[in-house]
Amino acid sequence: MNGGSSPAADRPARGRESDGGERGASSGGSERPVAVVVDYGAGNLPSIVRALEVAGADVVLAASPERVGHPDVVVVPGVGAQAPAMRRLHRTGLAGAIERAVDDGGWYLGICLGLQVLFERSEEDGSRGLGWLRGDTRRLRSATTLPHIGWNGVDPVTRHPLLDGLPAGVPMYFVHSYAPDPEDRSIVVAETEHGGRFASVIAAGRLLGVQFHPEKSGRDGIRLLRNALAIAAGRTPGAELLAAETTGPIGSPRDPDGRLSPCC
Amino acid sequence: MLLKRVIPCLDVDAGRVVKGTRFVGLVDEGDPAELAERYAQAGADEIVFLDISAAPDGRGPLLDVVERTARRVFVPLTVGGGVRSVTDMRAVLRAGADRVALNSAAVADPSLIGRAARRFGSQCVVVSIDGRRSPDGDADGGGAVPEGPHWEVVVRGGREGTGRDVVAWAVEAAERGAGEILLTSIDRDGTRAGYDIELLRAVSSAVSVPVVASGGAGRPADFVAAIVDGGADAVLAASIFHRDIHGIAEVKRAMAEAGVPVRPVDPLALEGDA
Repeated sequence: MNGGSSPAADRPARGRESDGGERGASSGGSERPVAVVVDYGAGNLPSIVRALEVAGADVVLAASPERVGHPDVVVVPGVGAQAPAMRRLHRTGLAGAIERAVDDGGWYLGICLGLQVLFERSEEDGSRGLGWLRGDTRRLRSATTLPHIGWNGVDPVTRHPLLDGLPAGVPMYFVHSYAPDPEDRSIVVAETEHGGRFASVIAAGRLLGVQFHPEKSGRDGIRLLRNALAIAAGRTPGAELLAAETTGPIGSPRDPDGRLSPCC
Repeated sequence: MLLKRVIPCLDVDAGRVVKGTRFVGLVDEGDPAELAERYAQAGADEIVFLDISAAPDGRGPLLDVVERTARRVFVPLTVGGGVRSVTDMRAVLRAGADRVALNSAAVADPSLIGRAARRFGSQCVVVSIDGRRSPDGDADGGGAVPEGPHWEVVVRGGREGTGRDVVAWAVEAAERGAGEILLTSIDRDGTRAGYDIELLRAVSSAVSVPVVASGGAGRPADFVAAIVDGGADAVLAASIFHRDIHGIAEVKRAMAEAGVPVRPVDPLALEGDA
């Protein structure tokens, strides 16, 4: 124990009560990037926490805004319907804390529902997402079987370090009936076929999202998480460039209170 | 395109893996979390734990096993056996399972399926059906039965009949919200004589949810037949994997050679597993 350590040097340990995730791994001697997993009561958290640890992160579980802090990456998991998830994100203040973390230079990794909430509206229940990206979340209408459950191929449509080391068509594990339909197709990194093609990997500046569950996709899923951590920690060549490429949430219209204005 | 899954099933009694032939003569086969991790590394697409604890206090060890497994196994985990209520389900899901299989509790109270699906989503609800072929035209003294083969739903590891028809029950379960049917032939279970293809075909052609073939896997060709001829979406086996008679990679190779789409096994993973 070093008594006089600053909060920044006082690295968060998983399960700590006091402080949230803070960047600056180098100051604490550890090189592990800090990932905050947002706990808003949606989904299987033990798996994602452990998968991120195996991928090389120091993980902080955040059920309150104070715990979010300013990590290298905020991970928003989730399975299920958007409306109750958004209600919980807003009621708990987590939505605001996530936005501050990303505004402050942190990265966002959305998994499944955590990807969908980046968009404007969900067809499932008409609810609004965070609206940081243009487009709605739509039902996989032409699929013969829904939900889409199981292992399916992820086909890159552009090069992105999130998919480094993963072969084209790598199988990942999916459990969902809806997927985002981005207005700006340039943010689509990979697509998957189920009935029709849908966006299964998104990258818009510091906003990353995957429709499948890397924490349930074996070794390849861990590899993807490792890539995300490397990008967030700035260890991927060109990561800064990637972040600057699109405006992401930072350019979104805001109301005077600093909240995101209703999507347009 | 969705890939066909290969699923090792671990029977768990009081927190340890066991596997019997026709559910008797159990042999302790080790720690479930460790075995599950080994299978995931060897290319398993999913792991099933079936809790067969007879003792009423057998649940504690199971939840502990699920929790330990979820921390080291990064493929989906389905847990069944002794799950009797939405509360039981919640405990198993919170411990880290992705899906829960309901069997006799759903037979006793079919409304449980709908309640579970509304609470956790259909993707979490697997209805496990144990079927036994009913005597038909081949039975002694009987003539040909015009309706063809049929199967009765049995519970308690096949020790108790229910009078329900397997196909009708599978259709009802899917209508009530089951996201998948895990279909075990009690006649074939533990025999390694091959899956009951007729049973599989009867159920898979009657429901639109995925059907997992179980009971009787003996050779890689059996897995291929379950999918190609039986219409199964996934194949489950226990003893041939546990006793290393055939490995998951070998089974997947046979499936791929037969044109069945499968997730390739990472050769590096196999080296690491040796």
